[in-house]
Amino acid sequence: MRIYVCVKQVPDTSGKVAVNANGTLDRASMATITNPDDLAAVEAALKLKDETGAQVTVVSMGPPPAEGMLRECIAMGADDAVLISGREFGGSDTFATSQIIAGGLSNLGVGPEDIIFCGRQAIDGDTAQVGPQIAEKLNIPQVTYAAEIHKNGNTLTVKRLLEDGYMTVEVSTPCLITCVKELNQPRYMTVKGILECYKKPFTVLDYEALKDEPLIDPTTIGLKGSPTNIFRSFTPPQKGAGKMLQGSNEEMVKELAESLAKKHVI
Amino acid sequence: MILSKEHELMRKNFRNFAETEFTTEIQEQLDREGGFNWDIWKKIAKYGFAGTKIPVEYGGQGGDYLAYALMNEEFARVCPVLAIYANTPNSLGGGPLLQCGNKEQLEKYLTPAAKGEKHIVFALTEPGAGSDPGSMITRATADGDYYVLNGRKCFISGAPIADYAIVYARTNPELKGAKGISMFIVDMHLDGVSCGKPEPKMGINGYPTSDIVFENVRVHKSDLLGPLDKGYAVAMKTLDGGRLGVAAQSLGIAQGALEEAIAYAKERKQFGKPISYNQGVSFMLADMATEIEAARNLIYSAAQAKDMDAKDASTQCSMAKYYASEMANRVCAKAIQIHGGYGFIKDYKVERLYRDARVMTLYEGTSQVQQIVISRSLLK
Repeated sequence: MRIYVCVKQVPDTSGKVAVNANGTLDRASMATITNPDDLAAVEAALKLKDETGAQVTVVSMGPPPAEGMLRECIAMGADDAVLISGREFGGSDTFATSQIIAGGLSNLGVGPEDIIFCGRQAIDGDTAQVGPQIAEKLNIPQVTYAAEIHKNGNTLTVKRLLEDGYMTVEVSTPCLITCVKELNQPRYMTVKGILECYKKPFTVLDYEALKDEPLIDPTTIGLKGSPTNIFRSFTPPQKGAGKMLQGSNEEMVKELAESLAKKHVI
Repeated sequence: MILSKEHELMRKNFRNFAETEFTTEIQEQLDREGGFNWDIWKKIAKYGFAGTKIPVEYGGQGGDYLAYALMNEEFARVCPVLAIYANTPNSLGGGPLLQCGNKEQLEKYLTPAAKGEKHIVFALTEPGAGSDPGSMITRATADGDYYVLNGRKCFISGAPIADYAIVYARTNPELKGAKGISMFIVDMHLDGVSCGKPEPKMGINGYPTSDIVFENVRVHKSDLLGPLDKGYAVAMKTLDGGRLGVAAQSLGIAQGALEEAIAYAKERKQFGKPISYNQGVSFMLADMATEIEAARNLIYSAAQAKDMDAKDASTQCSMAKYYASEMANRVCAKAIQIHGGYGFIKDYKVERLYRDARVMTLYEGTSQVQQIVISRSLLK
């Protein structure tokens, strides 16, 4: 049994944000972290590895520096890593991204007992679409918002975290599960893991390696293969100085409610 | 020094662990109540931090001295007590075993220590034998297959929670000074072993320190560690690693104090502007940062010297311990000064760091002992 975990390197939102001329994020110039929901996915995979001895492969699509993040996942306990990287893949929206990752996964081989873990959503794009789209493109079932996962044979019982409660779903492998931060507490790396993480298998899949995959086609990947394009990126205007309300309590409450409603806060 | 990718990752990991797990609540509780936090200990054990520097074959992580220094630095930056937790098995507990232990002893005692399953502490100091351990009076007398130990050790870090202690005792009273002293691994549960009450200390509260008293304690000869009558001299060779650990703890404390001082100086306003706008304050910060960086390079360089088994590694460790511990005290004093009256109140972290820093120039060899070591190497 092999478990794939899709992880994304995202800008550290506590740092500065930089944007390219075409409206996409200038990732190279920003401090990066591993997307928090993806870390929950890594932990979920490692926990299953502890229980079943599965092989855990972490997969990412991104520029070469994403190697560092993948090595960290290995230092946590993953067995190997795959980086899907090439200029042809740059500027992809969720459709193209999921197309490429699904192509990469099918190139690696998704067997009948295998599981793919993703995070619910990335804190940079905030779409929560790539996981489900990968599942669709690989024609496997998906369970999103996993807050608890149990495995019995080839069946997984997954508790989904919904807005107003939980839903428990049974799903058989192969399947794709997207994880929420609340699922677990990701483990730390170990010193031994760190010392070994640069010696473990690391594969780079570029366009050449994937071009024969049915899912990979110049018209379905990269900026050109993206049905959506970012038209404009801008920084929301800064809030002005605070405003003190005046009048009777009733008048102030009314004015406050009206101005909040106008700004769609309430 | 430019760190390797692996060492950078270690720093990141140590920092993340310390900041996430060693919460302010735990730190303040330990400072207030003393004792020992077993939950934190279990986490240290789980991630192998008790065996950072111990070889993989003995249950450790196989890290080098630089990894060990980074761990002490990053843990102490958050709270020195927690650096001490992880430090003991790596240095004074594990060091003499690694240096002198036979295979059987290593497997029996070092492996559980490296995994954090058992606590091994280091018992050298006596009420009358501190900087001059050669004047110790604890005796071990041969009796068939056993040695009978009598005496008292004091200021033993971790004694109240220990499972085993590395104990130094005079086996040959004819010989003077360091000669005639042997090392033993003593099970703390043996008949005749007892601990004094935990000492009330100025700082590093939360890692208990007490006397250990030996009254006709029968230690099997298989627990003699290293050569008879020469155990002390042999083991001393490893102990500069512990000094490196204290140097790195000092560095971490100073770094923590500097960060507190910078944040406070930017936030606190007097005379209509942040106090950091005053050269009197900003130059103090510049001095603190410069001394810290000097200590950091000295420590990392000494760690590399240890890793390469360089001839002058011992002297470098003494220099690192001497300079870093004195530096940490200077930096903490300035951090308090920058905080003004608030720095004197326990609600502000610098007050605790200031107290914790004080022991760094004392334990594992006072600054004066380090000066002796350094000057002897210059004048030999």
